[in-house]
Amino acid sequence: MNKYKKLNKSTQKLIRTICVIAVLYVVMTIMDGTGNLSSLMKGLLVPVCAYSLVAVGLNLCVGYLGELSLGHAGFMCVGAFSSAFFSRAFQDVIPDVPRFILALLIGTVVAALFGFLIAIPVLRLSGDYLAIVTLAFGEIIKNVINVMYVGMDSKGIHFSIKDQLSLGMEPDGKMLINGPQGITGTPRQSTFFIAVLLLILALVVVHNFVRSRTGRAVMAIRDNQIAAETVGLPVTKYKLVAFTLSAAIAGVGGVLYAHNINSLTATTNNFGYNMSIMILVYVVLGGIGNFSGSVIAAVVLTMLPELLRGLSTYRMLIYSIVLIVLMLFNWAPGILKWRDEHGLTTAAIVGRFKKKKEVR
Amino acid sequence: MALLEVTNLGISFGGLRAVDEFNLSIEKGELYGLIGPNGAGKTTVFNMLTGIYKPTDGTIFLDKDDITGKKTADINKAGVARTFQNIRLFGDQSVLDNVKIGLHNSYDYGTATGIFRLPKYFATEKQMDKKALELLSVFGLDSMADVLASNLPYGKQRELEIARALATNPKLLLLDEPAAGMNPNETRDLMNTIALIRKEFGVTILLIEHDMKLVSGICEKLTVLNFGRVLAQGETSAVLNDPEVIKAYLGE
Amino acid sequence: MGFLTYLINGLSLGSVYALIALGYTMVYGIAKMLNFAHGDVIMIGAYMCFMCMSNSGMPAIVSIVIAIVCCTALGMVIEKIAYKPLRKATNLAVLITAIGVSYFLQNMALMIFGSNPVSFTSVISWEGISLAGGNLKIAGNTIVTIITCILIMIALVWFVKNTKPGQAMRAVSEDRDAATLMGINVNATISLTFAIGSGLAAIAGALLCSSYPSLTPYTGSMPGIKAFTAAVFGGIGSIPGALIGGLLLGVIEILARAYISSQLADAIVFAVLIIVLLVKPTGILGKQIKEKV
Repeated sequence: MNKYKKLNKSTQKLIRTICVIAVLYVVMTIMDGTGNLSSLMKGLLVPVCAYSLVAVGLNLCVGYLGELSLGHAGFMCVGAFSSAFFSRAFQDVIPDVPRFILALLIGTVVAALFGFLIAIPVLRLSGDYLAIVTLAFGEIIKNVINVMYVGMDSKGIHFSIKDQLSLGMEPDGKMLINGPQGITGTPRQSTFFIAVLLLILALVVVHNFVRSRTGRAVMAIRDNQIAAETVGLPVTKYKLVAFTLSAAIAGVGGVLYAHNINSLTATTNNFGYNMSIMILVYVVLGGIGNFSGSVIAAVVLTMLPELLRGLSTYRMLIYSIVLIVLMLFNWAPGILKWRDEHGLTTAAIVGRFKKKKEVR
Repeated sequence: MALLEVTNLGISFGGLRAVDEFNLSIEKGELYGLIGPNGAGKTTVFNMLTGIYKPTDGTIFLDKDDITGKKTADINKAGVARTFQNIRLFGDQSVLDNVKIGLHNSYDYGTATGIFRLPKYFATEKQMDKKALELLSVFGLDSMADVLASNLPYGKQRELEIARALATNPKLLLLDEPAAGMNPNETRDLMNTIALIRKEFGVTILLIEHDMKLVSGICEKLTVLNFGRVLAQGETSAVLNDPEVIKAYLGE
Repeated sequence: MGFLTYLINGLSLGSVYALIALGYTMVYGIAKMLNFAHGDVIMIGAYMCFMCMSNSGMPAIVSIVIAIVCCTALGMVIEKIAYKPLRKATNLAVLITAIGVSYFLQNMALMIFGSNPVSFTSVISWEGISLAGGNLKIAGNTIVTIITCILIMIALVWFVKNTKPGQAMRAVSEDRDAATLMGINVNATISLTFAIGSGLAAIAGALLCSSYPSLTPYTGSMPGIKAFTAAVFGGIGSIPGALIGGLLLGVIEILARAYISSQLADAIVFAVLIIVLLVKPTGILGKQIKEKV
């Protein structure tokens, strides 16, 4: 306990978050084991972790690099498809465990590579222009995947952007990517345990990153680019590093997502701008620059529509109203002032709880 | 050859000639003042010296290296650091981290070392902390190391900016109106600190000031700029008695 | 003749994009926010028009006027409830709220109209003209869309240049604080901007669905994104920029669909946007703003 107190505040927070995630994991596993978890909830466990990962990656970009990306679903998409492609192609060649590890690495690296290549032109822009260009890249990625036909037979790999027939495959061949039908038959290897493990790993990585020499430089560039240049920081290099890392983490989310479902397709809702926007909502509601917050927001907001399922048609409507009200409650200057006057700020509420504890 | 040798420097914005035929030579160890009325082009000269603006013509040599039109970050690596008239700190980071960012290029470990917290990370960070605290103590800022830079009082922010500039280990330090917005007492303290850091760090200083009295107290040499051109240049006392300078400052 | 037909169809689609882009660009110029819900106002406008025409049997022109009135009111109400309280908050907060409003409108429509597409009857009954001895047919929809767009554009430029409220809009977009000091009612000006933008969205909705008659609660979403792209393309904040951006985008999309690949058309549109922004980082007619050191 003393050792814990000696650590700085951010490290303490990281440890608390990891503990909470671990506890949640145990609770969920027990509930699952005793049959108390609805199949809907069960189906959400891995996707929630995947969304959380993408949100953590995006938060690095928005909160620390200070640039708004509306294309992170694209990196998730790249991670998902590259890893699923690999898993499918080598399904009968490599044993399960090493193949999944390799798929994970491939998904991450390919997403990072895309992040890097896209960042080179994109980071010359800033603000809303950067946002729209990332959105455009995300849409391009989704679109291109939808016209890809890749098959494999005894003669090797066939590729076409027209249709399945023009691949001219031998009868023994199998489809790897089938245009809009995407990839089917990916081994479902993303267990809840692996998902939680990867999420914790990502939280540690970003935590350490922002508190390293590179992380400080990234934040310096965010705070004041001109000053950062005058103290000799290579601005472009560090922007690239941060964006690439951010994309890589989103890619990990993609790998998890892909290996949790049988048929992987790229639609507007799972990899288009809708998803990018949803992830951005997690980041903003969880707190910009607050990684644990991103995870909490991702978990709560993914579960919320499901918990509201009893209200069926109204649930998404309620979700949208909750979102608007939350934003107004947390950000509107007038409402913040009112909260301040009536002792309803977050700090005041937390303070009251702490006092109660002390009295006890 | 002098430490800083500026020849025929000039810049135009559109049709406007902001600075023209600017010459300057500063010897190593000098404390040099650049003065002139508002809008004379003083800060523009600084921006060209640090590569924020690319000069339209002329050359800048630092310690025999041609740094004309190089990138800002490279000019800093060559040995020029500066402060800003409108303070530019890394406001969301601590006082200590601001200085550690200044130390960035003097210490090295890679991104991966930082992410995986290899032993080199801890060793280097420790050295950086020590060095940064040393620098902060010169300004009496070491007790506020954990405060957010944006929460410092105004005068302290100016000092932190100087500390951050010094952390990059410059040969030439450019101070843009370091006493702006300070009361007379604070200004006197600051001038003493500037004299002190020149001695302690062996750094050559070029500073912009508005207040002639203040400059005359500490600068050995002066250049007076008016409408983008050099009006007078030389030993402080000679420049201040120049009838042209008096005319520019007091009007006719 | 094929090329000419595609070109004209592209201009028609581009005109719709331009009308939508106007809403984005005016709101961005004046309130400095990305109104993500704008695309969904189009959808609401189209449904309104559909209800009046197909369900109540009103004439097309009356239906459109009703849709315009409803959307104008809707735009002003949205601004008042969701965006105005956040005027001094960060851009990101307003963006997320706009996303919330977008979800709200979509789900509201989903509840009322259901998710099945309805078949929109064109508001234009004119058959169109046939040129070059019947080789070149231009549909009435196409002609009316292009002409409407051009007329609105001219009216809008005139309005902004020559009327008091228009001048107030320009002043607020230049410098909001200075405009306040000059006695301009900023709140009323922003409200007016939303009103105009949303009214135009209703027209855009009716025209869009006249050419592409399948209407669902998600109809506005993709054209919204593309029109936003068009606004950025032309230089966000600039009214002529929205026209140029919209038309170019429409033409590129239709030509790409015809000559390259219909599935890759969107990708090509976005790729062109990226290239334009990299060559000219503030769009075709955008102004460069440099930070003062």
